[in-house]
Amino acid sequence: MDDRKRVALEGVDRRLIGSTPKLVCEGAWKLFGPGAEEFLNARGGTATLDEIGTAGLVSAVRNVDLAVQAGESFVVMGLSGCGKSTLLRCLSRITELTAGRITLDGRDLGSLSRDELVDLRRHKMGMVFQHFALLPHLTVLENVAFPLRIQGRTAAEREARARELIEVVGLGGREQHFPRQLSGGQQQRVGIARSLAVNPEVWFLDEPFSALDPLIRSEMQEEFLRLRNMFSTTIVFITHDLDEAVRLATRIAIMRDGEIIQTDTPEQLILRPANSYVEEFTRRIPRAKVLTVGSVMRASTNVETRPSSDSVVRVDAKICDVAAAVLAATGPVRVANSTGSVVGSLDRETVISVLADTRSR
Amino acid sequence: MSTRNDSPVGSSGNLRSISRRLGGAWPWFVGLFVTAVLAATSDDVASRRGWVWWRDYPEGWVRSPADVISRATKWLVNEATFGLFSFTQFTRAISFVIERPYGWARAILVDGFMDGVGRRADQIVPPLSWIAVIVLVAALGRHASNRRLAVLIAALFAYLAVFGQWASAMVTLSSMVIAVPIGVAIGLGLGIASYRSARVERLSTPVLDLMQTIPTFAYLVPILFFFGFGPVAALFATIIYAMPPMARITTLSLRGVPSDIKDFGEMIGCSTRQMTWRVLVPTAKAGLMVGVNQVIMLSLNMVIIASMIGAGGLGFDVLESLRRLDIGRGLEAGLAIVALAIALDRLSQAYAVRDTGAVRASRRASLVVGAVVVATFALGYVIEAVRNYPASLGVTSGSFWDDLISWINVNYYDTLEAIKLFVLDGFMLPVKRLFLATPWWWWVVGLGAVGWALGRVRLAITVMSLTAFIALVGLWEFAMFTVYLCSVSVIVAMLIGVPLGVWAAHNERASRVIGVVIDTLQTLPSFVYLIPVVMLFRVGDFTAFIAIVLYALAPAVRYTWHGIREIDAQVVEAATVSGCTPRQLLTRVKLPLALPEILLGLNQTIMLALSMLVITALVGTRDLGQEVYVALVKASTGRGIVAGLCIAFIAIVADRLIAAAARSARERYRPEQV
Repeated sequence: MDDRKRVALEGVDRRLIGSTPKLVCEGAWKLFGPGAEEFLNARGGTATLDEIGTAGLVSAVRNVDLAVQAGESFVVMGLSGCGKSTLLRCLSRITELTAGRITLDGRDLGSLSRDELVDLRRHKMGMVFQHFALLPHLTVLENVAFPLRIQGRTAAEREARARELIEVVGLGGREQHFPRQLSGGQQQRVGIARSLAVNPEVWFLDEPFSALDPLIRSEMQEEFLRLRNMFSTTIVFITHDLDEAVRLATRIAIMRDGEIIQTDTPEQLILRPANSYVEEFTRRIPRAKVLTVGSVMRASTNVETRPSSDSVVRVDAKICDVAAAVLAATGPVRVANSTGSVVGSLDRETVISVLADTRSR
Repeated sequence: MSTRNDSPVGSSGNLRSISRRLGGAWPWFVGLFVTAVLAATSDDVASRRGWVWWRDYPEGWVRSPADVISRATKWLVNEATFGLFSFTQFTRAISFVIERPYGWARAILVDGFMDGVGRRADQIVPPLSWIAVIVLVAALGRHASNRRLAVLIAALFAYLAVFGQWASAMVTLSSMVIAVPIGVAIGLGLGIASYRSARVERLSTPVLDLMQTIPTFAYLVPILFFFGFGPVAALFATIIYAMPPMARITTLSLRGVPSDIKDFGEMIGCSTRQMTWRVLVPTAKAGLMVGVNQVIMLSLNMVIIASMIGAGGLGFDVLESLRRLDIGRGLEAGLAIVALAIALDRLSQAYAVRDTGAVRASRRASLVVGAVVVATFALGYVIEAVRNYPASLGVTSGSFWDDLISWINVNYYDTLEAIKLFVLDGFMLPVKRLFLATPWWWWVVGLGAVGWALGRVRLAITVMSLTAFIALVGLWEFAMFTVYLCSVSVIVAMLIGVPLGVWAAHNERASRVIGVVIDTLQTLPSFVYLIPVVMLFRVGDFTAFIAIVLYALAPAVRYTWHGIREIDAQVVEAATVSGCTPRQLLTRVKLPLALPEILLGLNQTIMLALSMLVITALVGTRDLGQEVYVALVKASTGRGIVAGLCIAFIAIVADRLIAAAARSARERYRPEQV
């Protein structure tokens, strides 16, 4: 099984595990400008874009509800200026909400005192930044150890942990380098190592790969998938790149003008786009890479197949991964679930139509 | 500007064509015309109609707060208490904080540690040997950058020893060693406070503005009153003068820290203190070092002025020679200040750009320095030359300068005199007459109108009230002298500086030469200009004029140069492709686009001219600077402060008007930058 397939399966498994909400955001609003709170209260907690504009305010996040499940990779996708980075900063309370509630493990972040919040961030959260945000005056080792230093850990403890993480992100031997002596990709590896130093329960990534060249970006995405399996944390990942979102997400929230338009698995976004905006977005994505066998098979428990084709495909495999096997078979192949029982069949015509990307336009 | 659109309602076609040719500028021409008419007729009106108030602000209307201020300072010194402690105790506490470390610095560098007081004191430990100091600063240069810097700094300090300036230079250096860290610490603290709290910033900005615009002489008087004549007063004045840029630069550089890094600090749960000292300040280090450099340079600028209230050292030597018109000694001491300035400037700049961690302090180097200090200390008891640089090996260029000046005076006296008369009669005196003859109220009204055209009601009110204040306190005539000297100098500085800037922007070789000249002019302490000029032209307006032009030239060149270089290369290419000749390119494209920058240069030129004007009072001008200087001599607090405020207000009026003009120019030519 190649690496990508294993990872894809992992992702699905996680989705099945993650049924307890870790981070929940309810009715979140963020408007910038003086008197934003009064403005929103006066309107009963809601306002249209036009109303916000006429009041001289700038809207960033409008009435966002989302629930990130424990252990999932939740990707927020949107074009620049749609408010996704602000939303991320609201989730960690770096930016205060204008209205709404955010809970982590059922605790309302808004009710925390300054000290409790500091404590929470020190031990439970990690964040990776678009432009790395490394401290220029510290070495790689000191940068990675920095969050631990802020926590007040001993020098020996933090050095050991930092060395370990630098090794994990593949920068062993560069501990004494300064950030400016590293390439962009390497700098972001430092950023990633640093964010993982405290073993965070929630891992925020704010467009971590957007500032990198395409080749490096793809390499870093691999790296991300590898690390995700090493550290079992809940992930909120921001990106403007749909390919990246589809590749890394268990679920994707599509954001536009501060609102979340649709939250779903990549597959569902393609099969059942909430509106034309989402449809337009997802049109470019090769369906075979996203759709699973289960979403296009003919469901039936007793499938008559010709004895000659005894090949079986898994219900949660991606079409692109099973296409060769199905096309090589003489007839429809059987589809089995994780326990091995047959749940349906998949024929060549269906696979071809997915590969040829014929969709109602 | 809205006035551009109001087309003049001229009945005749002739008028209309004139107004068309003048474009939007016609109100300005009308204003100038009215000014000229009023200036020409004001004498007549005043004498024939008996309307003296028409021309001069009547004495009966003067309400000066000078006496009140003088009484208030006396009360502060003699009676004021803040409950727990009196004002005098407060100033004594400050003295104590400054005096102790200053005493140690002086002991190490100049006097040695003494036992006992006064004349009968015995030196128990001698000061550092000159050799030890040179090795020490060279090691610092090596630590900050490389061997070349070490050699340069060692050479500059060796110059001090060879030219017999060592003792004075070490006195100056010890006051720097105290003033700079204190100034940096206060500036850093204030800057951080303004960064964190909008209220602190609102409060501190106008105070810093005033600290930077009010001439130093003005606050020398109250400082003298509070601290008495001596090094503490001098250090206090130096810190007040040198600290503001540090505060501003600190706030600016902290704001400039990328928001990602601030979010990162929040995200890992930094406390406020950790955020400031572990994240923000180290990240902003490069910017902060620029501030440190500014504090050093400004402290050195104050060296001479501070010696008026007891700083001693090189500044005192310059001042003494200036008073005795001893050009040779004055120039030598002045050059010694320059040597010190260059050494400290290079050193602090090297630390600013230093590759952090690339070279950590090497233990070997500190051992070597330590060994030299101990060895010279021991040898000093045996060999006199190690302790003090032998006078017999000293060199002096003093007589050379004296001879040079007298040679020029003997041979070219007539030529110099002719030049002086030509400029005075042809240019300076007419301007002076125009300014003095223009009725005071027209200045208030006219400046108000300019303010209204550039920035509407608020600017108009600011400008008018500041101008009216000058009339109200009865310093109008002095102020006009100041404005006249400032104007003629600034006009000439701009006429020389802008073309030089244009040339430098177009010619690589010229830019290198001009860069060096400008750098040198800016490191020279302002007094140094005065010495040769006084020797050649004697005291008077013309001498002041030359010194001011030289001193204020740098920003005119620098800003023009920068403004033209910053123009988008594509715009220049587009203009070239559409067939502009080089001349058209300059006048139609480059100069208009660089206008906002050039206006900023004008602004800086005016500020420098005003600060130099106060100093030229020493050569007998009759302006506000003289008033401040007289107040200093007579220790009249109120008089000094009021005159100082007037100078500050002139500076503020000019600054606000030009800033508004630069803004409107920018809106017109480079809307993307607004």
